[in-house]
Amino acid sequence: MATTAAPRPLRPLSLAIWSIVVAVGTFALGAIALSRGESINALWFIVAAICIYAIGYRFYSAFLAAKVLALDSTRATPAERFNDGRDFMPTNRWVVFGHHFAAIAGPGPLIGPTLAAQFGYLPGTLWILIGAVLGGCVQDFVALFCSIRRDGRSLGQMARDELGPIGGAVALIGVMAIMIILIAVLGLVVVNAMRNSPWATSTVAATIPIALLVGLYMRHVRPGRVLEGTAIGVALLLFAVLGGGWIDDHATFGPWFDFGAPALAIMIIVYGFAAAVLPVWLLLAPRDYLSTFMKIGTIAALAVAIVILNPEVKMPAVTQFIDGTGPIFGGNVFPFVFITIACGAISGFHSLIASGTTPKLLANERDARFIGYGGMAMESFVAIMAMVAACVLDPGVYFAINSPAGVVGAGAADAVATISSWGYPVTVEQMSALAAEMGEETLFARTGGAPSLAVGMASIFSSAFGEGLLDVWYHFAIMFEALFILTTLDAGTRVARFMLQDMLGNVVPAMGRTSWYPSVLLCSGLVVAAWGYFLYFGTIDPLGGINSLWPLFGIANQMLAAIALCVATTVLVKSGKVRFVWVTALPLAWLVTITTTAAWQKLFSPDVRVGFLSHANDLAAQLASGSLTGAAAEQAPRLIFNDRLDAALTMFFLVTVWVIVIETARICHASLTGRRCPPSAESAHIPSRLVEDWVRD
Amino acid sequence: MIRGLEFVMGAGRRFWSSVRELTGDDAYERYLAHWRLHHAGDGAPLAREDAPLGRAAFFREEQRRKWDGVRRCC
Repeated sequence: MATTAAPRPLRPLSLAIWSIVVAVGTFALGAIALSRGESINALWFIVAAICIYAIGYRFYSAFLAAKVLALDSTRATPAERFNDGRDFMPTNRWVVFGHHFAAIAGPGPLIGPTLAAQFGYLPGTLWILIGAVLGGCVQDFVALFCSIRRDGRSLGQMARDELGPIGGAVALIGVMAIMIILIAVLGLVVVNAMRNSPWATSTVAATIPIALLVGLYMRHVRPGRVLEGTAIGVALLLFAVLGGGWIDDHATFGPWFDFGAPALAIMIIVYGFAAAVLPVWLLLAPRDYLSTFMKIGTIAALAVAIVILNPEVKMPAVTQFIDGTGPIFGGNVFPFVFITIACGAISGFHSLIASGTTPKLLANERDARFIGYGGMAMESFVAIMAMVAACVLDPGVYFAINSPAGVVGAGAADAVATISSWGYPVTVEQMSALAAEMGEETLFARTGGAPSLAVGMASIFSSAFGEGLLDVWYHFAIMFEALFILTTLDAGTRVARFMLQDMLGNVVPAMGRTSWYPSVLLCSGLVVAAWGYFLYFGTIDPLGGINSLWPLFGIANQMLAAIALCVATTVLVKSGKVRFVWVTALPLAWLVTITTTAAWQKLFSPDVRVGFLSHANDLAAQLASGSLTGAAAEQAPRLIFNDRLDAALTMFFLVTVWVIVIETARICHASLTGRRCPPSAESAHIPSRLVEDWVRD
Repeated sequence: MIRGLEFVMGAGRRFWSSVRELTGDDAYERYLAHWRLHHAGDGAPLAREDAPLGRAAFFREEQRRKWDGVRRCC
């Protein structure tokens, strides 16, 4: 009846091996941190990251598993107890790992590090590594554990059970808000990648009929043949990338796919509504298969290419923009690097997945360590690769692609002059040549991170796997990003719709019926209108929209992580593990510090590029003095309103975090002093019948 | 030689079946196995409504269920 997770003393051989891992990791991290002036090889990033994840996994997660959570392999998991062959089903740990990783890895860890590279590679890289090992992995692991011990309940239900109705309600509304902001900002990323690019637009557009075709195939032609359908779809997608090049050059078809950002935003909004009301089998499910295969294949290929190629990192370790004057988004390195990296280090969203499908599949409680902690380490590794892909670009090129026209100037000559004056030389000829190589008209001010990531990936791929196809690789990378951004957009709209239907169902019961079409149309419409509003006005904002929306998303996502850690902390206190409570309480304290600081600055900073309110006041003053003319004067009232709306949202997030933190402190105090509080909702210990007849490992 | 070939083919089969399991390609076969184990009773002839779902019906049901909740993340 021993818990198999108890730590074993290290044998001499493993002691030697782990000493080497520690030494190599320290050396690689030292090389990254101390390198100045000379460029540094990207391989150091990979080596440092792998060593740190390995050490974190082997030692810290073993400590968590054995001492803090006391994983018990003899205890029957929800999958075993409620085995219905569907939702609840004991599943091979590698299969669960695959599903879990596919669910948590979205566009966030690719975009966040790309934007955060404006501070130089060092701040972002350190936070990705440290934040993941001590924060993100712990959050995912503990959330998964809590859910397993509570019959596979969701985060919202656990918040209600452990913290009471206030905690539960706040968690639910938080999830809705984060979903809206997330979808708007992701839509903006896709729009900026497709803006005036017939190649990108036609390729991304082609993914829709391809997904429909695969959906029909898997439903009607060969039901359930997932691999066949996906293989056909992937082949068609690759063909669409090549076909886009042909359309781009075509005199008649090219202009059909040439749109400005606001027009594309409207198309995305219409598409989002259509996708959300169509049945899942037709569009969402097949595209999800395609995007999962593409994602895993492309990320693996990127890792291989970086190892083969060992590209030089050209970005300095730290840039002057840590003082808050950065062109991509305003704000000091503290707290904004932590807000910007978001999903690569710690993502509150993961706690929804870790308390969703995954806990219902685990055959053995002990696997929570591999899947929860290990899955997040893998995601964090994706973020490190995105950081590398951004930093192998010439810094001048990186800033030219990612800086909005409102900051560096609308004309190419103005932009290169501004960027070069910062000490990152770049020329108009260099940018034109690069755009021509990538098969694009221009790469200036393509904010959002996707295009610069695609340029980075294209240069790595073409050097590693075949020169001369830069334009094809570039558009492949754009297609790959757009594919799973659109999946998130569709899936997120649907989830927000279910939640809205659930809430409205409390008032009007008929609205709660998820298959009642008037309710489906109304609720989908409301959700799409909400994110569509932010998306559309993001495209006409001269500062690029990303500038204000991404920090808002980061704050919302870290807020959700704080909610998950509050639940986890309460659970630890209630289960008598007070002496280990720092495991979740320290990351929680850190998250509350950074979200509060960031939210406060976004609200009240006098810097117009940071504070929403000071930006609104500045615009209002300019409008009043008549210094704005033409389109700028027309848009100003709308931008002022948006700033105030963003400020209200930020305020809401700030209040939410503090309500839940105070609630947690109150419940923990009540539990420790023996006062009345909701009891721990942990389910009873039922011995597993799988362990004796299951050959494990 | 023969044994080597058998080993390679065995490894290939194992690899293929793990790919199918990971992607959910074999979901229907797994469902049938589960059904036989838990619902097939004592081998007595079954009424029609007690029979397992067909492949197409199972896949329909499965997709509806799979997307009913938070499934994808940022």
